[in-house]
Amino acid sequence: MQSPSIAVTHETKPRDVYWEHLWDLVVILTQKEIKARYKNSALGYVWSVANPLLFAVIYYIVFGQIMKVPIENYSLFLMAALLPWHWLANSVIAAPNVFLANATLIKKVRFPRNVLVVSYVLNEGIHFVLSIPVIAGFLLVNHMAPTLTWLAGVPILLVAQFLIVYGIAITLASLNLFFRDLERLTALFVTVLFFLTPITYSSAMVPDSYRTLLYANPVAPLIESWRELFMHGQLSWLVVGTCYLSAFGTLLVGSLVYWRMSSKFAEVV
Amino acid sequence: MTAICFDHVSKWYPRYQSLSYGIKSSLLHLSETFRSLKRERVRVLEDVSFRIEKGETVGLIGPNGAGKSTSLALMAGVVEAETGKVVVAGRVSPLLELGAGFHFDLTGAENIVLHGVLLGLTRREVSSKMKAIIDFSELEACIHQPLRTYSSGMIARLGFAIASHLDPEILLIDEILSVGDLAFQLKCNAKIDEFKRQQVTMVLVSHAMDHVQRLCDRVIWLEKGRIVGEGAPSMIVAEYEKSAQLRHVESRPSAA
Repeated sequence: MQSPSIAVTHETKPRDVYWEHLWDLVVILTQKEIKARYKNSALGYVWSVANPLLFAVIYYIVFGQIMKVPIENYSLFLMAALLPWHWLANSVIAAPNVFLANATLIKKVRFPRNVLVVSYVLNEGIHFVLSIPVIAGFLLVNHMAPTLTWLAGVPILLVAQFLIVYGIAITLASLNLFFRDLERLTALFVTVLFFLTPITYSSAMVPDSYRTLLYANPVAPLIESWRELFMHGQLSWLVVGTCYLSAFGTLLVGSLVYWRMSSKFAEVV
Repeated sequence: MTAICFDHVSKWYPRYQSLSYGIKSSLLHLSETFRSLKRERVRVLEDVSFRIEKGETVGLIGPNGAGKSTSLALMAGVVEAETGKVVVAGRVSPLLELGAGFHFDLTGAENIVLHGVLLGLTRREVSSKMKAIIDFSELEACIHQPLRTYSSGMIARLGFAIASHLDPEILLIDEILSVGDLAFQLKCNAKIDEFKRQQVTMVLVSHAMDHVQRLCDRVIWLEKGRIVGEGAPSMIVAEYEKSAQLRHVESRPSAA
């Protein structure tokens, strides 16, 4: 009996089926995250808005009422930045644990592992999108209204934010398999990043000597863009360009780290 | 036709554990860290060569740490060999251990889709097999209940029902056949016999020698990363059992 030489190793799917399956993986894993959140509690949606809302109330009292930050519509100002921030913060804080939580799958099944991170970030993103009506509500209460620019601006910023958050999350998720301390460092990192990002203050208030910190922050232009869009219906193309530059940077770092390490995931997870 | 071929395969695992002690200590002693990464490597497989023909059922046996699961991981393509070549021709489906690839808050039906897609099917393929999977699992009555209400036997049924409907060409089975109640075990055995008739290649890792003897056409005995025996199940299993006996006797503290 002859034994033919077999060139194909592990890849037998035709191209279109491969892409269909990849898409299905993303959809199914994202659905899983969302269903799991909503099945556990009747108040699933309320919770995903209540959390940033609570923080907005705290910051409103501390910075708006006690320290009297000179910003108009401070509650709206806070919400417009806090909602996108929570998408970022929730994803980044959960990131180091994403691969660890799926250890058995990674050890046994061959599939693109970054899909796990993609779907987690998407899941948090969908919650953010669902909370946009809350901002519209805040606007109406303040005698303002959403503008037509949202139709273009929201998708543009959604894509930029997805890329930035994915880039950071995949870096942390991959590195944490090799350096398990990263999980604790991440929580600190997110807290520091929160105060370095113009969320409770505006970038115009930052003194010149601290400007470099602002420019070095990959998420500052993103959060400022959201707020400009939500509050004034405006998008500065320069700032949006900076967002995409920052997206490109984080994505590059994340992809490099992931491609470098993913073949070893099953050995260390 | 060859389904799986290991050609002088060696596999080391670095001791990443030394890194996991902490980022601080490994950064402070960076050169030492790299040296230890190179030095402290654990050999899991050394120069292993074998061929598994299409339609064969092969058992991998050996003591803990012999490299059986690593061999399966190489076949599944989740780890890469350091030297040598692993060639696998055909769609590989691993049979996962209890509960892996499931989510306990989702219903049985939702989990079928989740598990099926994770194991390589598209959603369309899963929905076309949905009914057959549910029928096989005999869980129609509670298929729309969340998985956390299932007993472990029921979860095992669901897992086996999905895996057996993946149309696998190569099925990797790691120690999980003794699941479910007696009637379901008989059903599993019947399904495995059906796979054999359909020329599905199966690789089985097990410590249950009666399983190995009953199912396998051939047995490969691994010890400390090397093949020490290969051949007919009855012969190799007998030898392996003898060596395990011997080891047991030797490890007992001698009274004399």
